[in-house]
Amino acid sequence: MYQALYNLTSNTIISTLIVALVPLTLILLYALFAIWLERKVSAHMQDRLGPMRTGWHGWLQTIADMIKMIQKEDTIAADADKKLFNIAPVLVFAGSFAAFAAIPFSSAIIGSEIEVGLFYIIAISSLVVAGILMAGWSSNNKYSLLGAMRSAAQIVSYEIPTALVVLTMVMYTGTLSLDKISQQQTAYFWNWNLFGGPEFGLAKFILIPFMLVAFIIMFISTLAEVNRTPFDIPEAESELVAGYFTEYSGMKWGMFMLSEYANMFAVSSIVSILFLGGYQSPFGYLGNTLGIEWLVPIEQLFWFVSKTLFFVFVQMWLRWTLPRLRVDQLMTVCWKYLIPYAVANLIIVGIVTLL
Amino acid sequence: MKEYLKNTWQALYTVIVGMKITLKHLFTPAVTIQYPDVKTPLPERVRNRLYVNIDDCIGCDQCSRACPVSCITIETVKALPGEDLGTTSNGKKKALWVTKFDIDFAKCCYCQLCVFPCPTECIYMTDVYEFSEYDRRNLVYHFSNLTEEEAAGKKANFEKFQAEKEAQKAATAKQKEDKNPS
Repeated sequence: MYQALYNLTSNTIISTLIVALVPLTLILLYALFAIWLERKVSAHMQDRLGPMRTGWHGWLQTIADMIKMIQKEDTIAADADKKLFNIAPVLVFAGSFAAFAAIPFSSAIIGSEIEVGLFYIIAISSLVVAGILMAGWSSNNKYSLLGAMRSAAQIVSYEIPTALVVLTMVMYTGTLSLDKISQQQTAYFWNWNLFGGPEFGLAKFILIPFMLVAFIIMFISTLAEVNRTPFDIPEAESELVAGYFTEYSGMKWGMFMLSEYANMFAVSSIVSILFLGGYQSPFGYLGNTLGIEWLVPIEQLFWFVSKTLFFVFVQMWLRWTLPRLRVDQLMTVCWKYLIPYAVANLIIVGIVTLL
Repeated sequence: MKEYLKNTWQALYTVIVGMKITLKHLFTPAVTIQYPDVKTPLPERVRNRLYVNIDDCIGCDQCSRACPVSCITIETVKALPGEDLGTTSNGKKKALWVTKFDIDFAKCCYCQLCVFPCPTECIYMTDVYEFSEYDRRNLVYHFSNLTEEEAAGKKANFEKFQAEKEAQKAATAKQKEDKNPS
C-alpha cells in the first residue's frame, strides 16, 4: 500500500501520512464500538440495560459522548507544568498507536513487516509508561502523582512476566516476526501454539499444559499492563479520583481513553498471535476451497478481528467480575507467582524444544 | 510449596467461578424498566394528584378545613333566590357559586385527609404522578369552572342583591319608624 502511494505521489512524507491514517481510523472506529460494547457488557452483567435511547440499543452513545467531549473546555490546572501536561496524552496515544504498525491484521494487511516485530511492540508499549508518569507529574496533583507512581511500578513489574513468556514463545517458534509466527500456525486449530504448535509428535503433547500456563501468564500480565481491572490501581476511581488523568478534560482526556482501548486491542492481538494463530483460520479457508484467491486475506482479517475482539471481551468480562487488587497484592501476584511460574515454564519449554 | 500451589490453584479456580456467575448474568434478562416508555402498574389505593369534580362540589369548605397544610383555597358566593344551580350527582341541592377552588400541589402532602369529609365525593385522588413544572406557580391548579369575570359578576350580583336587601331593610325600618314615632 505504501509502495503504491509512493508511486502515485512520489513523496515519502505524504504517502507515509496517508498510510498512517488507516490504522488511526481503524482505532477510532474500533474504540467507538469497544466503548459501546464495554457499557453494554457491564450493564448486562449487572442485569441492567445500559444506554438505550441513542439509536438501536444506544449504539450512537459513544458518538454523542465524543461530540460532547470535543465541545468541552480544555482546562489546564494553574500549577501544572504546561508543556509536559500537553505532551503527555499525545505520547501515551503515540505509544499505543505505534504498536499497530507491526501487527499483522492478515497476510496482506501489515503496516510494517519488520523482523523484530515482537521486540518492537514490547519496546514501544513501554513508551506509555513515560507518558503516564509525565501526565501524573505535570498535573501537580497528589492523586495524579500517586496514580502515575502506581502505574509505573505496575507496568515495569508486569513487563517481566510478559517478556519471559514472549521469550518462551520466541524460543519455541524461533522468530521474532509476528507474521512468521502467525504463518507457522497455519491450517487447523490444533496447529496453534496453545495446542503445542504445528509439529506433530510427542513433544506437542508434552508441551500442551506448559503452553496453557504460558497463555494464562501472558493474559494476566498483559491485562495488568493495560491497567484494566482487576489491575486498575493507577486509575482506581474510588481511591484516586481518576489516577494519572484526574486533571485532564475534553479531548486530552479522550486521548487517554482512546489509548486505553487501543492498548486493549494491541495486547489482545499479541496474545492471539502468539497462542491462537493470529490471522489463521481454525478450519481452513473458504477462499482456498472455492479457488477465489482474494477472499483469503479478507477471511484472515475476519478471524484476526474476531479472535482479538474475543480477548477484548474477556478483558471486559474480567473487569466486571473481579474487584480491584490492593497494591501489595498486585506486587505479590507479579513477583511471587507469575515470575517464578514464567521462569519455570521457560526452562521446561526450552528443554522440551531442545530435545 | 504445597501452600504455594494451593494458592495458585485457588486463585484460578475462584476467578473461573466468578466469571461463570457474571456470564450467567449476561444472559439473564435485565430488570431495568424503560421508564417513560414502560410504566409499572400502580397499587390500587395509590395517592397522587387530587382531582375535583367541580360539577358535584357544593362549596361546603370541609376539605379545605381538613387539609393539614392549607393547600386548598375555596371562595364561595351565595346564589340569588331566583337562581337554580342544579343538584349534585347524589341529589344534594347546590346553594353556592364556587368562585374559587385552588389546590396548590407544591404544598399538598398527599395525605388524602380532604377526600374523606367530602359529602358529595367530588374530591378524590387520581393516578397521575407526572406533573412537574419549571415554575412553582404553575403547580396551583384552578378547579372552579367559572371564569374570573363570571366570578366577579356573581360576586357583584350578590353584593347588589345584598345592598338592595339592606336598602329594603333600611327602608322598612324607616317606614316603621315613620309610622309609629315614639
